[in-house]
Amino acid sequence: MIPGVDGFMYPNEVELQWSLLIVLYPYITGLVAGAFILASLERVFKVDAVRPTYRLALLTALAFLLVAPLPLQLHLGHPERSFEMYLTPHRSSAMAMFGFVYLWYLTVVLLVEVWLEYRADIVRLSKTTSGFKRLVYKILTLGSDNVSPAALRIDDKVGYAVTVIGIPSAFLLHGYVGFIFGSIKANPWWSTPLMPVVFLFSAMVSGIAAVMVLYMASMKLRKTPIDMSCVDTIGKYLFYTFIIDFTLEMLDLIHRTYESDESFRSLDFMVHTRLWFSQVILQIILGTLVPLLLLAAAQFLKLAAGVRRSIYAVACLLTLVGIFAMRWNVVIGGQLFSKSFLGYTTYKVQFAAREGLLPALGLMILPFVIFVVLVKLLPPWGEQPGHASASGD
Amino acid sequence: MTMTRRDLISGGGKLLLLASAAATWAELTGAEPAGDAYRVADHWWGMLVDIDKCIGCGNCVRGCSNENHVPAGFFRTWVERYEISVDSPTTAQPHVESPEGAINGFPPSTNENVKSFFVPKLCNHCADSPCVQVCPVGATFVSPDGVVLVDQNYCLGCRYCIQACPYGTRFINPETQTADKCTLCYHRITKGLTTACCENCPTGARQLVDFKNPKDPIHAILRESKVQVLKPYMATGAKVYYKSLDGAVR
Amino acid sequence: MRDIFRNAGHLIRPAVVLLAALGLFILGRGIFIPKTFGQYGHYDAASLDRIRQRPISYAGQDACVMCHDDQAKVRASGPHAHVACEACHGPQQAHAGADDPSAHKPVLPDTAVLCKRCHEKDAAKPKSFPQVVSAEHSGGAACNVCHTPHNPLRMKP
Repeated sequence: MIPGVDGFMYPNEVELQWSLLIVLYPYITGLVAGAFILASLERVFKVDAVRPTYRLALLTALAFLLVAPLPLQLHLGHPERSFEMYLTPHRSSAMAMFGFVYLWYLTVVLLVEVWLEYRADIVRLSKTTSGFKRLVYKILTLGSDNVSPAALRIDDKVGYAVTVIGIPSAFLLHGYVGFIFGSIKANPWWSTPLMPVVFLFSAMVSGIAAVMVLYMASMKLRKTPIDMSCVDTIGKYLFYTFIIDFTLEMLDLIHRTYESDESFRSLDFMVHTRLWFSQVILQIILGTLVPLLLLAAAQFLKLAAGVRRSIYAVACLLTLVGIFAMRWNVVIGGQLFSKSFLGYTTYKVQFAAREGLLPALGLMILPFVIFVVLVKLLPPWGEQPGHASASGD
Repeated sequence: MTMTRRDLISGGGKLLLLASAAATWAELTGAEPAGDAYRVADHWWGMLVDIDKCIGCGNCVRGCSNENHVPAGFFRTWVERYEISVDSPTTAQPHVESPEGAINGFPPSTNENVKSFFVPKLCNHCADSPCVQVCPVGATFVSPDGVVLVDQNYCLGCRYCIQACPYGTRFINPETQTADKCTLCYHRITKGLTTACCENCPTGARQLVDFKNPKDPIHAILRESKVQVLKPYMATGAKVYYKSLDGAVR
Repeated sequence: MRDIFRNAGHLIRPAVVLLAALGLFILGRGIFIPKTFGQYGHYDAASLDRIRQRPISYAGQDACVMCHDDQAKVRASGPHAHVACEACHGPQQAHAGADDPSAHKPVLPDTAVLCKRCHEKDAAKPKSFPQVVSAEHSGGAACNVCHTPHNPLRMKP
């Protein structure tokens, strides 16, 4: 029979349509949304403890957001036609709005917020640096060097408003990615109203974990002590968000098992065979239960700071792997079974192909390169004025 | 000046139908009756598949491939052979195969202990098509005469439509890198010809249907026979009707 | 009041940048959308014509019968009456649509291969359909040794 195929697939189904790159797409947008929501904790919900990560979270979100459309672009049959999404967006298509949601989030939310946050620094740097750097900062000031206390107070208020708009925007950005999958009635593995919610919470989990890892790594590199009350607070939020995320995912699983509709036999078989490692081992056990236990230990046991730091590092890295596995299981898992429910195909990742492992690795490294450039350009450390004073009154 | 038969042929489908024998053939195949220029508003196309007539010869698959230059390994139409155990019909999975879409037919089956039959598949040209719904740019659409088509010059190749089709009838054409599918031989049916698969079907198991043509035999068939569409619970408004379709078919 | 305007003045700048980008976008939309887009629905109506203009390969039953009415008469008297010519003879638009059809002479099908596609016995075929196990029925000999393909009930002498 056909290699890699068990049972019967419709003949056009044997080849997978959405590959590793489309796994990266929800993973990366999830990191963006999660990092931004962490930033908004400090800004809008006034959780002062996480202030050391505020700017870091913004830059993380920006770095990943700039990369987010690239895997999509690379996977299109005709990348040069992607602008048609802006020309003639089809109102009934869940995918058509992606370009607009993306641009809205990039320009109106993230860029404006970063600009307002860094304006005082940009103006200062445009005067203290020289040569090419000076030119870059000059351009970034957009020709205004008004950093009077009154102007900065206005910036702070506007920044607050942008963050308030940004939270639903971040929800929209990623809940929307979930809807792209969740609204496909032809595919029972995807078709569930829980999908956008699960995507959203897993996005928050992965984004928070990513910022925590980046914060701890940056502190290590800069040989600066880690602010324990900051990582403890992030750890707490990560723990609670993760519990909600895990509950939702288990709810979906239990619901499917209990209902056992016509797709169940097929999906159940898939989870026990082709998805066993990535779903049960990686996603549920190593990527969810272990980090949850670790985070709970850090929460409820009286552990030394050094132990807690190690726990957070391990838990966050496992979380990032687990959420990646979750994206993989959704995207790839949804294409491994036949819509006839009578057979299964396999997905072999190629290496140097256009949608292979090599470009995927490149796309995963790129946000970190952008992140380093952003950190060099707009240093997130040093004296950071609080936001709480100006925003509330 | 006299008109030769050849002139008549190259004159296109309109004149062909002047031939007396043609009228009965047109009725038989559901091809467009004689008339002036094709008007999209006058037609609403679909197909009727009669399972009891299908012999699994694969002529439709070959005909489609010849007519539409379908790239090897992909199928705008294919035929499946179902074998269902009669001992435990509710628990056993049916055994289904479609070797290379049945482009060369099937190796003969001698198993008389199962219920077995052939099921030709193609795009259902749904009126509420999920593939059209999800296309982000308007590159796939339902034509005014009810045919789901792809604009090869506009499709991005995002493959969302392929994911959305419950019937597996779409694929990416490796040459154009755009979505590809059955066009219901739009280039033929708008010239008064029938589709390549119907033209090639030796038993009349597939018949092109024009729901807006009051003389089309489909009206009598829908009135007198039990018909079904594939996956009716998908509510896609499928316009490929199946006569004698077994409940096990997915 | 003037103070507020002066101190919020820098906010106009990103707003101008965003609005300029928006303006460029709207301008680009007008230029790049195909003129026929949206005529019938959310698609380029011109694509309907492009698809209609694809060439045909199968000339269709009526085209064949116009010249080969003698064969059609033989066929009409037997069980193959409703089998179209090209179902067995293959796509013939190159022949039927040519200025000189004889320059594109169709190849005669090999009945040893052709007939089996329909008439080889298969449990899944409708019981009423005539089918044989060809190895037993003819021992692999070509079917047209005995049968007239256009009317297989008429046996060759």
